[in-house]
Amino acid sequence: MSDSDTPLYAAREPIFPRRVSGAFRRLKWQIMMVTLGIYYVTPWIRWDRGANLPDQAVLVDMANRRFFFFGIEIWPHEFYFVAGLLVMAGLGLFLFTAALGRVWCGYACPQTVWTDLFLAVERWVEGDRNARMRLHKAPWSARKARLRITKWALWLAIAIATGGAWVFYFADAPTLLRDLVTLNAAPVAYGSIAVLTATTFVFGGFMREQVCIYMCPWPRIQGAMMDEDTLTVAYRDWRGEPRGKGLRRRKSNTEVPDPQATTRAAGPKMGGRSPVIPMHFGETRAVIQRPKFYGDEPGDCIDCNACVNVCPMGIDIRDGQQMACITCALCIDACDEVMEKIGKQRGLIDYLALSDAPRERAGEAPKPARKHILRPRNLIYFGLWAAFGLALLVALLVRPEIEATIAPVRNPTFVTLSDGSIRNAYDLRIRNREGEARAMEVSLADAPGLAIALEGTEDGTVTVPADTQGLTRLYVTAPEGSAPATTSRTDIEIEVRDTTSGATARVDTTFDGDDR
Amino acid sequence: MSSDKSNKPEDQDVETTGHSWDGIQEYNNPLPRWWLWTFYATIVWGVIYTILFPAWPLVSGATAGVLGWSTRENVAQEIAAVRDANADMRQGIVDTELAALEGDPDLHGFAVNAGAAVFRNNCSQCHGSGAAGATGYPNLLDDAWLWGGTIEEIAYTVRHGIRNEDDPDARYSQMPAFGDILAEEEIETLVTHVQGLSDGGDPLSGPGGELFANNCAACHGEDARGMQDLGAPNLTDAIWLYGSDDAAIHQSISEGPFGVMPAWGERLGEAEVRAVAAYVHQLGGGEAPEESVDAPQ
Repeated sequence: MSDSDTPLYAAREPIFPRRVSGAFRRLKWQIMMVTLGIYYVTPWIRWDRGANLPDQAVLVDMANRRFFFFGIEIWPHEFYFVAGLLVMAGLGLFLFTAALGRVWCGYACPQTVWTDLFLAVERWVEGDRNARMRLHKAPWSARKARLRITKWALWLAIAIATGGAWVFYFADAPTLLRDLVTLNAAPVAYGSIAVLTATTFVFGGFMREQVCIYMCPWPRIQGAMMDEDTLTVAYRDWRGEPRGKGLRRRKSNTEVPDPQATTRAAGPKMGGRSPVIPMHFGETRAVIQRPKFYGDEPGDCIDCNACVNVCPMGIDIRDGQQMACITCALCIDACDEVMEKIGKQRGLIDYLALSDAPRERAGEAPKPARKHILRPRNLIYFGLWAAFGLALLVALLVRPEIEATIAPVRNPTFVTLSDGSIRNAYDLRIRNREGEARAMEVSLADAPGLAIALEGTEDGTVTVPADTQGLTRLYVTAPEGSAPATTSRTDIEIEVRDTTSGATARVDTTFDGDDR
Repeated sequence: MSSDKSNKPEDQDVETTGHSWDGIQEYNNPLPRWWLWTFYATIVWGVIYTILFPAWPLVSGATAGVLGWSTRENVAQEIAAVRDANADMRQGIVDTELAALEGDPDLHGFAVNAGAAVFRNNCSQCHGSGAAGATGYPNLLDDAWLWGGTIEEIAYTVRHGIRNEDDPDARYSQMPAFGDILAEEEIETLVTHVQGLSDGGDPLSGPGGELFANNCAACHGEDARGMQDLGAPNLTDAIWLYGSDDAAIHQSISEGPFGVMPAWGERLGEAEVRAVAAYVHQLGGGEAPEESVDAPQ
């Protein structure tokens, strides 16, 4: 320990990722188009549900407490569907992280996708890495101002579109768009757009990797979810080391460096770049025997820094797996490009499992990816995930056509009428999810001697308006001296029948008599 | 770039904090500077907030804040706004014929809900929160009404009350204390006689028949089915306001019950009186206007 002059605070080092092309870059463009497409287009899809229900395919209707998803309508009491989907999302993340590391971070996280989009705009306006670095260092000039303002204006346009798309999920999109433009929309709509525009603009344009490293809890959690069979982006140090450029490569033929010094393992690096918080693989990494053979000959890594230059997080993957790495795999594309140019085998940086490192060092073939992925841990995650999915699907499919609940009025439990008969009152709630009103006939199932009456109607039917829960007061009367009238509790069953479709539902309740 | 370093902390550019847990050491990386700015921003925010909003506790109350923001005022405004929004409904309750109220589901629903609130605040003390009443306080759920069970009759009862001295229009009647008029054995005969009425006994025959005809039939009727104009209960039904056992009936006959209900017209206002009448009327025993012919009006 030294009370050195290490600063307490460090300013962000700007990162200028270079353009790269390759299989992973193509995949990332495709995923970006699909995810952004889903986000921007979904609220505009129409779905006909009849006259009394909204025709928006995906709609979170807060005011009326309804969630519409294509043919599915969720009411608040069915929130367990949402909870189930969240459980599935959690298990899905366990599965993907255990199998493939931080693929969520690298490919699908909104922070990654929007940062990628913002970077594409930045590159289009200001040029690639070197041009941007020059512009960054250049003093303010008309050209710099023009480029910066163009870039910020484009970012802002994307940010407004992003914040704007969000609110369309919560109201009828065409109506809301018209209201927004004519300044008639609710203040909460403008507020939401403003907040999300600001966060998109700042997070995508300026915060970028800082969000991942310092704001997001996920990198810390994922460290605990990966194991030595997890496929993640890594550097084959036994192939690449000792690295070096031309002169050094020749020199290294004569000098045998200390094997310890060539070890490139997980660890932080502070080479003038942004501080990196290490994420060690744990003990496994430490017990790997470092063979000495790569001390004699130069490795495949020519230290061209292509992997570092393309990294949106500004790290060096050759330092080993680390917390700041979102495994976007762009360094794989960059390195493969270089390896092809110099006529070496691709895959110096690759998706690797830690457990394969000793095998490869010993010259053995690594386990195929399929075997890493289809290991018991992942299969258990998948099984749980699929079980939840099936349970939710079954729960969705067996939802009854008529849902009715009945609650006896307990204050008082019964009323003695003037003719000595005993009357119980019940609150009967019937849910009508349909887009039109339904007439429901309410009757007593199999209860001789008891009489049923509905408050407000003579014919025993109640009409429940479209998309509502109807509340009806129900009276059941037992004649004086009859068994239910003189027993403290009798089980009864109420039948609700849709007079149009003929569908029925039965609800159980009890009849309280006067047993004094 | 290729600074040849191992992953051992002592070989790193970054110093460690010196803490060690099972060999795991903590790097002493500098904090990002924007965290510091965020921290300063929260301080500035906090200062501005305490100026704008109520914040510093003083001996009585707290500093008001220059925006004059008050939760109590907000609630008062919200209540006033709801009251304004409901003004048409309230006026509708007053302007609509009580008998026609049920024909307007929106207005009726509003009246019943409003009436339920009025009932809980003003009526439940005697009639019970479930309106099931108690000894001496009528059960409002059943189908027996001392003074009439149509919505108009109920509203009149609520508005003017019963046997009170505040309202000249209060419903009034008084059952004599027969303990001063009849002999003890006559009262006992009547107790037995009245108890038999519920089981279908003839009011005017048997040992108590003559006593009943001379003393009770004037108000309770020769058929003992009561008289709503006088608030005289039906003695043939299964409902006993003061209890059905010998002692209770004996006490009723000898002392003469005198149940009092306050007049609520002045205290509640017309809209509330009508609302609570609508609520009580729909509790399960309310009578439609044309059906209330059991007793002379």
